[in-house]
Amino acid sequence: MPVPATQTMEGTMNRTAKLVSVLMVAMLAMVAFGTRQASGQGSRADVVIEVVTHGQASDPFWSVVQKGVAQASKDMGVTAEYNAPQTFDMVAMGQLIDAAVAKNPAGLVVSIPDAEALGPHIKAAVDAGIPVISINSGSDVAKELGVLVHVGQTEYEAGFGGGEKMAAAGVTNALCVNQEVGNAGLDARCKGFTDAMTKAGAKVEVLGVDLTDPTGSQQKIAAKLQQSPDVNGILTLGPTGAAPALAALRDGNLIGKIQLATFDLSPDVLEAIKDGDMLFAIDQQQYLQGYLPIVLLTLYHDNLNTIANPILMTGPGFVTKDNAERVIALAQAGTR
Amino acid sequence: MGTAVTGAAPTVDERVRHTSAFRRMMRRPEMGAVAGTIAVFVFFAVVAGGSGFLSMRGTASYLQVAAELGILAVAVSLLMIAGEFDLSIGSIIGASGMLTAMLTVELGLNLWLAILVSLLFALVCGALNGVIILWTGLPSFIVTLATMFILRGTTIGITRAVTGRTQVGGLSKLPGFDGPAALFASKLEIGGAGFAVSIVWWLALALLATWVLMRTRFGNWIFGVGGNPQAARNVGVPVGLVKIVLFMTTAAAAWLVATIQVLNASGADVLRGTGREFYAIIAAVIGGTLLTGGYGSAIGAVFGALIYGMVQQGIVYAGVDADWVQAVLGAMLLIAVLVNRFIRTRAMGAR
Repeated sequence: MPVPATQTMEGTMNRTAKLVSVLMVAMLAMVAFGTRQASGQGSRADVVIEVVTHGQASDPFWSVVQKGVAQASKDMGVTAEYNAPQTFDMVAMGQLIDAAVAKNPAGLVVSIPDAEALGPHIKAAVDAGIPVISINSGSDVAKELGVLVHVGQTEYEAGFGGGEKMAAAGVTNALCVNQEVGNAGLDARCKGFTDAMTKAGAKVEVLGVDLTDPTGSQQKIAAKLQQSPDVNGILTLGPTGAAPALAALRDGNLIGKIQLATFDLSPDVLEAIKDGDMLFAIDQQQYLQGYLPIVLLTLYHDNLNTIANPILMTGPGFVTKDNAERVIALAQAGTR
Repeated sequence: MGTAVTGAAPTVDERVRHTSAFRRMMRRPEMGAVAGTIAVFVFFAVVAGGSGFLSMRGTASYLQVAAELGILAVAVSLLMIAGEFDLSIGSIIGASGMLTAMLTVELGLNLWLAILVSLLFALVCGALNGVIILWTGLPSFIVTLATMFILRGTTIGITRAVTGRTQVGGLSKLPGFDGPAALFASKLEIGGAGFAVSIVWWLALALLATWVLMRTRFGNWIFGVGGNPQAARNVGVPVGLVKIVLFMTTAAAAWLVATIQVLNASGADVLRGTGREFYAIIAAVIGGTLLTGGYGSAIGAVFGALIYGMVQQGIVYAGVDADWVQAVLGAMLLIAVLVNRFIRTRAMGAR
């Protein structure tokens, strides 16, 4: 005999109710776990600084920036809220900036990977009288948007510096491996690198890879090296590109024959530099990009202090075999 | 759906029109993908044959790319034949890979044991997907979309809370790394090129899945569940059990890919596997599996993955500017699916 419709309905409703309650508890637990404790006490704890970047929480690079933000807010005794879109999505990031501005914070810290998309949102914040500091990317547009100061590394110059260093190492034909195609900052790095190499009489080709697929990236680089056997140098634009490039070189017994260098640090990159498998890493000291804006905005809030330079340079610094060991210890702690 | 009885033994009956062996072969779901694979291979052999695509190393490189997708696609094709989707496998790759890395590097657990714990974790995730879908009657598309986000978010959250970083590395320095590495991430030297052992896993799983699908009662159940679940239920097929087992299968496939990647790269990254679920569906669909269920093959998924691997690597060998890679990839995939459908309708049409 078939079960009456009402009874099955009731059964489904019951199960649904159970499932919903389990999910609610899990969600509350996650929210409670994820909530940042307001640091410090006294009046400064009421000073709220909003940080909106394009750095997805999962990116090791931005993890360090976030650590800088957290340490600075602890040291200054202010409250800092860090937000970033789940994917590299400028529309979502614009909405996050709007939301941050709506809270009327004492200060706003933003990265500007795409000035055209984010410009109006940042302008709105400046017009609302909120002091804004830009970090990481956007040094070229910071001033015209009315930003107090830009804290970061100018990508083109950093790429240029990397190109000079690589040409000096004898590289004549290089690949520029881009793990995040569509990021204007990374394009500028490649451009600077290419210009410096071209000036030294060397050739550069760009290769795009996918940072979420290590095997695919590694095989793509290996295939490119096979297709262009003249390549004797590779510059990757971040650790998520450096790891597969290193694996491709190790697999093909090309270490030493092809010089590898990268932007930004990770434990694996530092180990490889220490072992002599990689030439150098271009370090922009992004901990400072998280830490300094919180300090500067707190000082602006308390004392109306400003920096006179339009750009506060945190890089490029170079990590080579000479200083790799000391930086390794700091990277393990997640601050380099 | 009539195609559910693909594996039935032929009986001699004058009312049944005789069909040639060729035509019967052309009716197999994977024939379009086989034709597409040949077309793609010939294309790149002509365009990029001189620059390494045809070399042993070139072959090894596209087979390795195809293998990791193929392992997923074979499992996904079984699930899709049963009429369900699993969008959470990309997140399961990230989660179970990170679990293995954290258990060993952070907690010092034995690597074999950690890999086993991750497998259990993946199986539980898969079973949960199935149970929630059966309990609530919601479409698997929605439920696994939810678990995809939950798992990815939890992976990022826990990893950053415990380690303060998003990559956990250094597995190769652990004692006892060599055993698991030999099983999951070694290379077989053939003709001067290293062929990844994942290729063996991929083909073995495809053969196993094909045998299950064509020669076992469970295989018949899969077709039945996807073709017409009500009819299947009426003839006594345990529809719920079949689906739960298949969700556990896709989760286990994701775990296998995660384990291969973790041992290959000697570390895990919370973003690993992002978007892989869609590539797996693409490979299964190119392989002739219908989005609506009830029709398809595991061997087809093998060819679907092979097409993807050859296109991704072939473009690089052809020296196409990196800016155009994705556009070319998309166009090639569309062409492959169209060729696939053309052949199928031609073969089916004259029935």
